[in-house]
Amino acid sequence: MSDVKNKGSVTIVLFSGEMDKAIAAFVIATAAASMSMQVNIFFTFWGLKAIRKEGGLIKGQNWMQKMLNIMNYGHAKKLAISKLNMMGMGPMMLKSMMSQKRVPSLHEFIKTAHALGVKFYPCEMSMTVMGLKKEDFIEECGEIIGAVSYLAKAKESNINLFI
Amino acid sequence: MEFEIDKTLDARGLSCPMPSVKTALALEQMGVGEVLEVLTDDPVSKRDLPVWAESTGNKLLGIKEEEKTIKIYLRKA
Repeated sequence: MSDVKNKGSVTIVLFSGEMDKAIAAFVIATAAASMSMQVNIFFTFWGLKAIRKEGGLIKGQNWMQKMLNIMNYGHAKKLAISKLNMMGMGPMMLKSMMSQKRVPSLHEFIKTAHALGVKFYPCEMSMTVMGLKKEDFIEECGEIIGAVSYLAKAKESNINLFI
Repeated sequence: MEFEIDKTLDARGLSCPMPSVKTALALEQMGVGEVLEVLTDDPVSKRDLPVWAESTGNKLLGIKEEEKTIKIYLRKA
Protein backbone atom coordinates (compact mmCIF):
# COMPACT_ATOMS: atom_id res chain seq x y z
CA MET A 1 0.00 0.00 0.00
CA SER A 2 1.17 3.50 -0.67
CA ASP A 3 1.61 6.32 1.84
CA VAL A 4 2.81 4.28 4.81
CA LYS A 5 4.42 7.11 6.77
CA ASN A 6 2.99 7.50 10.28
CA LYS A 7 0.68 4.54 9.73
CA GLY A 8 2.97 2.33 11.78
CA SER A 9 4.84 -0.80 10.96
CA VAL A 10 4.73 -4.48 11.92
CA THR A 11 7.66 -6.88 11.82
CA ILE A 12 6.96 -10.57 12.26
CA VAL A 13 9.56 -13.29 12.74
CA LEU A 14 8.17 -16.57 11.45
CA PHE A 15 10.34 -19.22 13.09
CA SER A 16 7.80 -22.07 13.05
CA GLY A 17 7.23 -24.32 10.06
CA GLU A 18 3.66 -25.36 10.83
CA MET A 19 0.68 -24.32 8.73
CA ASP A 20 -1.46 -23.05 11.61
CA LYS A 21 1.31 -20.80 12.91
CA ALA A 22 2.16 -19.52 9.44
CA ILE A 23 -1.52 -18.69 8.83
CA ALA A 24 -1.65 -16.79 12.13
CA ALA A 25 1.33 -14.74 10.93
CA PHE A 26 -0.33 -14.05 7.57
CA VAL A 27 -3.72 -13.11 9.07
CA ILE A 28 -1.96 -10.43 11.10
CA ALA A 29 0.25 -9.40 8.17
CA THR A 30 -2.64 -8.94 5.71
CA ALA A 31 -4.85 -7.19 8.29
CA ALA A 32 -2.00 -4.78 9.11
CA ALA A 33 -1.34 -4.17 5.43
CA SER A 34 -5.05 -3.39 4.93
CA MET A 35 -4.58 -0.71 7.60
CA SER A 36 -1.80 0.78 5.43
CA MET A 37 0.88 -0.37 7.84
CA GLN A 38 4.29 -1.36 6.55
CA VAL A 39 4.69 -5.11 7.12
CA ASN A 40 7.88 -7.16 7.13
CA ILE A 41 8.06 -10.90 7.66
CA PHE A 42 11.45 -12.38 8.49
CA PHE A 43 11.42 -16.12 7.74
CA THR A 44 13.92 -18.04 9.78
CA PHE A 45 14.68 -21.70 10.44
CA TRP A 46 11.56 -23.91 10.13
CA GLY A 47 9.62 -20.83 9.05
CA LEU A 48 11.49 -20.87 5.74
CA LYS A 49 9.25 -23.77 4.66
CA ALA A 50 6.31 -21.42 4.20
CA ILE A 51 8.10 -19.68 1.33
CA ARG A 52 9.81 -22.72 -0.21
CA LYS A 53 9.05 -23.52 -3.82
CA GLU A 54 7.20 -26.73 -4.55
CA GLY A 55 9.37 -29.64 -5.62
CA GLY A 56 13.12 -30.09 -5.33
CA LEU A 57 13.26 -32.67 -2.57
CA ILE A 58 17.01 -33.05 -2.41
CA LYS A 59 18.72 -29.79 -1.57
CA GLY A 60 22.02 -28.99 0.09
CA GLN A 61 25.72 -29.41 -0.39
CA ASN A 62 26.46 -32.33 1.95
CA TRP A 63 24.66 -35.48 3.17
CA MET A 64 23.50 -33.90 6.43
CA GLN A 65 21.89 -30.95 4.65
CA LYS A 66 20.36 -33.33 2.12
CA MET A 67 18.93 -35.53 4.89
CA LEU A 68 17.57 -32.50 6.70
CA ASN A 69 15.91 -31.12 3.60
CA ILE A 70 14.34 -34.47 2.69
CA MET A 71 12.97 -35.00 6.20
CA ASN A 72 11.93 -31.37 6.55
CA TYR A 73 10.37 -31.15 3.07
CA GLY A 74 7.41 -28.80 2.83
CA HIS A 75 6.00 -25.70 1.15
CA ALA A 76 2.94 -23.48 1.60
CA LYS A 77 0.59 -26.23 0.39
CA LYS A 78 2.27 -29.00 2.34
CA LEU A 79 2.87 -28.20 5.98
CA ALA A 80 2.01 -30.06 9.17
CA ILE A 81 0.03 -28.44 11.97
CA SER A 82 1.35 -27.89 15.48
CA LYS A 83 -1.35 -29.91 17.26
CA LEU A 84 -3.47 -32.91 16.17
CA ASN A 85 -1.38 -33.45 13.07
CA MET A 86 -2.33 -37.16 13.05
CA MET A 87 0.11 -38.04 10.23
CA GLY A 88 -1.38 -35.53 7.81
CA MET A 89 -5.09 -36.09 8.64
CA GLY A 90 -5.14 -32.95 10.79
CA PRO A 91 -3.95 -30.54 8.07
CA MET A 92 -6.44 -32.07 5.58
CA MET A 93 -9.33 -31.61 7.99
CA LEU A 94 -8.23 -28.12 9.00
CA LYS A 95 -7.90 -27.08 5.34
CA SER A 96 -11.41 -28.27 4.57
CA MET A 97 -12.84 -26.62 7.71
CA MET A 98 -11.15 -23.35 6.81
CA SER A 99 -12.28 -23.39 3.21
CA GLN A 100 -15.87 -24.06 4.36
CA LYS A 101 -15.65 -20.85 6.38
CA ARG A 102 -13.93 -19.23 3.40
CA VAL A 103 -10.70 -18.51 5.24
CA PRO A 104 -7.98 -18.31 2.58
CA SER A 105 -5.37 -21.06 2.43
CA LEU A 106 -1.77 -20.26 3.33
CA HIS A 107 -0.93 -20.19 -0.37
CA GLU A 108 -3.68 -17.61 -1.02
CA PHE A 109 -2.61 -15.57 2.01
CA ILE A 110 0.92 -15.39 0.64
CA LYS A 111 -0.35 -14.07 -2.73
CA THR A 112 -2.65 -11.53 -1.03
CA ALA A 113 0.07 -10.34 1.35
CA HIS A 114 2.48 -9.88 -1.52
CA ALA A 115 -0.12 -7.93 -3.54
CA LEU A 116 -0.64 -5.67 -0.51
CA GLY A 117 3.08 -4.90 -0.37
CA VAL A 118 4.07 -7.12 2.58
CA LYS A 119 7.82 -7.70 2.39
CA PHE A 120 9.21 -11.24 2.74
CA TYR A 121 12.78 -11.63 3.98
CA PRO A 122 14.42 -15.06 4.20
CA CYS A 123 17.09 -15.40 6.89
CA GLU A 124 20.55 -15.76 5.43
CA MET A 125 22.04 -17.77 8.28
CA SER A 126 19.26 -20.40 8.29
CA MET A 127 19.60 -20.73 4.53
CA THR A 128 23.34 -21.31 4.85
CA VAL A 129 22.87 -23.93 7.59
CA MET A 130 20.24 -25.78 5.57
CA GLY A 131 22.10 -25.40 2.29
CA LEU A 132 19.25 -23.51 0.60
CA LYS A 133 19.66 -20.90 -2.14
CA LYS A 134 17.58 -17.94 -3.27
CA GLU A 135 16.18 -19.98 -6.18
CA ASP A 136 14.70 -22.49 -3.71
CA PHE A 137 12.21 -19.84 -2.60
CA ILE A 138 9.09 -18.39 -4.20
CA GLU A 139 9.43 -15.31 -6.40
CA GLU A 140 7.59 -13.10 -3.91
CA CYS A 141 10.65 -13.17 -1.65
CA GLY A 142 12.56 -9.98 -1.19
CA GLU A 143 16.22 -9.68 -0.36
CA ILE A 144 17.93 -12.18 1.90
CA ILE A 145 18.87 -10.52 5.15
CA GLY A 146 20.75 -11.23 8.38
CA ALA A 147 19.93 -10.67 12.03
CA VAL A 148 21.25 -7.11 12.06
CA SER A 149 19.10 -6.04 9.12
CA TYR A 150 16.11 -7.72 10.79
CA LEU A 151 16.82 -5.80 14.01
CA ALA A 152 17.14 -2.54 12.11
CA LYS A 153 13.61 -3.14 10.79
CA ALA A 154 12.30 -4.36 14.16
CA LYS A 155 13.67 -1.24 15.85
CA GLU A 156 11.60 0.95 13.54
CA SER A 157 8.45 -1.14 14.02
CA ASN A 158 5.68 -0.46 16.50
CA ILE A 159 4.61 -4.10 16.61
CA ASN A 160 7.07 -6.99 16.73
CA LEU A 161 5.96 -10.60 16.81
CA PHE A 162 7.84 -13.89 17.00
CA ILE A 163 5.76 -16.81 15.81
CA MET B 1 -28.80 8.35 5.74
CA GLU B 2 -28.04 11.19 3.35
CA PHE B 3 -25.32 10.17 0.97
CA GLU B 4 -24.94 8.53 -2.40
CA ILE B 5 -23.23 5.21 -2.79
CA ASP B 6 -20.43 5.29 -5.37
CA LYS B 7 -19.42 1.66 -5.14
CA THR B 8 -20.60 -1.56 -3.49
CA LEU B 9 -18.24 -4.25 -2.29
CA ASP B 10 -19.82 -7.64 -1.77
CA ALA B 11 -17.66 -9.29 0.88
CA ARG B 12 -20.32 -11.78 1.97
CA GLY B 13 -19.01 -15.22 2.73
CA LEU B 14 -15.51 -13.94 3.45
CA SER B 15 -14.08 -14.15 6.92
CA CYS B 16 -11.55 -12.13 8.91
CA PRO B 17 -9.28 -10.48 7.74
CA MET B 18 -10.43 -10.58 4.10
CA PRO B 19 -13.30 -8.03 4.39
CA SER B 20 -10.80 -5.42 5.67
CA VAL B 21 -8.31 -6.37 2.96
CA LYS B 22 -10.97 -6.10 0.21
CA THR B 23 -12.23 -2.82 1.68
CA ALA B 24 -8.72 -1.37 1.64
CA LEU B 25 -8.23 -2.45 -1.99
CA ALA B 26 -11.65 -1.10 -3.04
CA LEU B 27 -11.11 2.28 -1.37
CA GLU B 28 -7.69 2.57 -2.96
CA GLN B 29 -9.40 2.63 -6.38
CA MET B 30 -11.83 5.36 -5.30
CA GLY B 31 -11.61 9.13 -5.08
CA VAL B 32 -11.54 11.21 -1.89
CA GLY B 33 -15.06 11.87 -0.62
CA GLU B 34 -16.60 8.89 -2.42
CA VAL B 35 -18.77 6.44 -0.50
CA LEU B 36 -18.21 2.70 -0.38
CA GLU B 37 -20.90 0.29 0.71
CA VAL B 38 -19.50 -2.95 2.14
CA LEU B 39 -21.78 -5.98 2.39
CA THR B 40 -20.66 -8.60 4.86
CA ASP B 41 -22.16 -11.45 6.85
CA ASP B 42 -19.12 -11.81 9.07
CA PRO B 43 -19.94 -10.69 12.63
CA VAL B 44 -16.24 -9.95 13.26
CA SER B 45 -16.26 -7.40 10.43
CA LYS B 46 -19.13 -5.52 12.07
CA ARG B 47 -16.72 -4.70 14.88
CA ASP B 48 -13.53 -4.66 12.84
CA LEU B 49 -14.47 -2.44 9.90
CA PRO B 50 -15.37 0.59 12.08
CA VAL B 51 -12.02 0.12 13.87
CA TRP B 52 -10.33 -0.21 10.49
CA ALA B 53 -11.96 3.04 9.35
CA GLU B 54 -10.88 4.88 12.46
CA SER B 55 -7.35 3.58 12.22
CA THR B 56 -6.97 4.48 8.53
CA GLY B 57 -8.67 7.88 8.88
CA ASN B 58 -11.65 7.01 6.66
CA LYS B 59 -15.07 8.04 7.89
CA LEU B 60 -17.70 5.55 9.03
CA LEU B 61 -21.05 6.89 7.88
CA GLY B 62 -23.26 4.17 9.25
CA ILE B 63 -24.08 0.51 9.71
CA LYS B 64 -27.33 -1.16 8.65
CA GLU B 65 -28.38 -4.72 9.31
CA GLU B 66 -30.76 -6.53 7.02
CA GLU B 67 -31.28 -10.09 8.16
CA LYS B 68 -27.89 -11.75 7.81
CA THR B 69 -26.30 -9.00 5.74
CA ILE B 70 -24.49 -6.18 7.48
CA LYS B 71 -24.08 -3.03 5.37
CA ILE B 72 -21.26 -0.70 6.31
CA TYR B 73 -20.88 2.73 4.71
CA LEU B 74 -17.48 4.38 4.51
CA ARG B 75 -16.39 7.70 3.07
CA LYS B 76 -12.87 7.81 1.70
CA ALA B 77 -10.71 10.46 3.34
